[in-house]
Amino acid sequence: MNSKKKGMNLIQKQKAAGWAFLTPATIMIVIMSFYPMVRAFIISLQTGTGANMKFAEPIFSNYKRMFADKVFVKSIGNTFFYLIIQVPIMLILAILLAQLLNNKDLKFKGLFRTCVFLPCATSLVSYALIFRSLFAQEGLINSILIKLHILDTGYNFLGNAASAKAVIIIALIWRWTGYNMVFYLSGLQNIEYSVYEAAKIDGANGWKTFWGITVPLLKPTIIMTFIMSINGTLQLFDESVNLTKGGPANSTITMSHYIYNTCFINVPNFGYASAMAFLIFIMVAILAFINLKVGDTRD
Amino acid sequence: MKKKLLSVLLASAMVLSLAACGGGSDDSSSDGEGASSGDSNKLTVWAWDQTFNIKAMQMAGDMYAEDHEGFELEVIETSSDDCQTKLTTCANAGDYSTMPDIVLMQDNSYQKFLKSYPDAFVDLTDCGINWDDFAALKQSYSMLDDKHYGVPYDNGVCAAFYRTDVLEQAGYTIEDLTDITWSRFIEIGQDVHEKTGKYLLTSESTGGDTIMLMIQSCGANFVNEDGEAYIVGNDVAEKCIDIYTEMIEKDVVKLVNNWDEYIATVTNGEAAGIVNGNWMNATLTGIEDQKGLWQITTLPAVDGVDTATHYANNGGSSWYITANCKNVDLAMDFLTSTFGSSTEFYDAILPETSGIACYLPAGESEVYNEPVEFYGGQAIYSTLVEYSSHIPEFTKTPFHYEAREAVNTAIINITNGTSKEDALQEAQETLEFKMTE
Repeated sequence: MNSKKKGMNLIQKQKAAGWAFLTPATIMIVIMSFYPMVRAFIISLQTGTGANMKFAEPIFSNYKRMFADKVFVKSIGNTFFYLIIQVPIMLILAILLAQLLNNKDLKFKGLFRTCVFLPCATSLVSYALIFRSLFAQEGLINSILIKLHILDTGYNFLGNAASAKAVIIIALIWRWTGYNMVFYLSGLQNIEYSVYEAAKIDGANGWKTFWGITVPLLKPTIIMTFIMSINGTLQLFDESVNLTKGGPANSTITMSHYIYNTCFINVPNFGYASAMAFLIFIMVAILAFINLKVGDTRD
Repeated sequence: MKKKLLSVLLASAMVLSLAACGGGSDDSSSDGEGASSGDSNKLTVWAWDQTFNIKAMQMAGDMYAEDHEGFELEVIETSSDDCQTKLTTCANAGDYSTMPDIVLMQDNSYQKFLKSYPDAFVDLTDCGINWDDFAALKQSYSMLDDKHYGVPYDNGVCAAFYRTDVLEQAGYTIEDLTDITWSRFIEIGQDVHEKTGKYLLTSESTGGDTIMLMIQSCGANFVNEDGEAYIVGNDVAEKCIDIYTEMIEKDVVKLVNNWDEYIATVTNGEAAGIVNGNWMNATLTGIEDQKGLWQITTLPAVDGVDTATHYANNGGSSWYITANCKNVDLAMDFLTSTFGSSTEFYDAILPETSGIACYLPAGESEVYNEPVEFYGGQAIYSTLVEYSSHIPEFTKTPFHYEAREAVNTAIINITNGTSKEDALQEAQETLEFKMTE
């Protein structure tokens, strides 16, 4: 009776407290993320500029348009090229580094971990600019290759389609491997050492323990890093803009870079740009969904 | 205990920095982050170069304040890209309240803003400037339907800059490169490259301006008079592209990947020549050890084109009054009485900023005839003003950057082995595609 007078029993109070904690974050996410998504979708159905935006005829013409856009199709190809080459290399490297640094007998562990993670602390623009000057024709890499008599004159890394793509991939690996390694490291530390000991007693070698114990137990972490990497690569922007300007001849341009150009370099076309941005959103959603399904261990 | 203390310290540091950020934004929002203020005697301006356009604007402000008591001018450094991005964002949101009173804009990008956002700028046609005092070409960048929107400021007249010492080594003089055609330029360029290993021209492979100023020197463009894409079947365009690809193949031009490398070819002495806007002057004169080695002359002309000239324009900028300006009369009067009509003003800014006027009467002044030591005593300013009066007019397009990108892409594709027909066809289609909505 008493509790009724107060209005809430204990469970209700707890529920109310839960909602109170959730509300600020929910409101922020709705305003900062969901509302812009809905707005972007509405804009993606419109054409025109500024105050003169009107709904397109037919309504999905912006979406149709992008498949006729050779540069955009090329940018999709480039982005997926980065994705397919870079993400597996980076994640394998990250897991190997994590394995090495998780060694119980390793000295100066903290130092090594910091060193591998440090690239993540640099800003995207500044590291892209540093890579640009490293791989310039008069840059450090070329000077070293010339000093070692491997090359006679500086190779134009950023001026050739294949090598420019390679430079972007190298840059991405340098920047993001340490970041992913940290996740694996924390995942590894959650695996009981006794599991490894048991495997050792059963006669499993290092390779077998890695595939039989480490990988299955790290699965949730691996899936998470996969989703994050796919998400990040599909939205790749800074490297394309600052390292190569999308050149030579659009051979390194990414989807986000092209969207930016459509808004701010070329004659502004926000309707079309939003449609392209929405396509990326759908791609990320589909890939993440597949990833979650593949990684789902429940029957 | 130690950990607790640390976490308390960390938390308080975060709260403090949050408060500091909050405080900071409060401060700036009170004066609108460089936006036009309602103050009836103050103007805000966005410009991007401390030693050049900002300085000129400040000098204009000081000059105007002498006759107009209480006049205040605030110039806010905003990079050229930022000016454009901010304007695009404001215009698309339909809210100009964060714009300044006066903004400096690149000539090459202005047409796209004027066509996309006609409400963003104030019509200056009747502001009192005698428009005949500016070259017709320069005016055309800031005009739409015979109305004037901009006060021309920074001259984009092009010149060919050459290292006379390198030319001498190869057995040439600056006269040998004056009033020549591009085919002669290629002959000399090859010879210079063989004898000295240096390049007579450098250009950016992505976003390079060389091809644009080549075609514009013929009074043509990659669009026709109706503003449609005109690359395939455009005889002048094909001739320019032929010359350019030939220069790449014959090592006359060095292609670089970005602006840093472009400047580097000059500073490290690899470039024996530069063909670009006169604003290159600011970069060149900064290279102390090349003092006295450079000279300027006319551009090579495109072979086999009747309308070909030795003159072109690239870059340059003009001042615009935005729709957010609350004192349009004051802003108009300010621009008219300084940038729009004062030779004394242009005489004053030349030595300080080496900014060459678009205001034609200023070119007759004595200051412009003074020899410049960096160019071996050549009186480059009056020469440049003279060049600017010969530049042919051509059809402007809001799709300037799209055209430049399409053509530069075609050129790279041709040098990589694509047939010319296919590459030009692709460029034509790309540009046509961008022009449709």
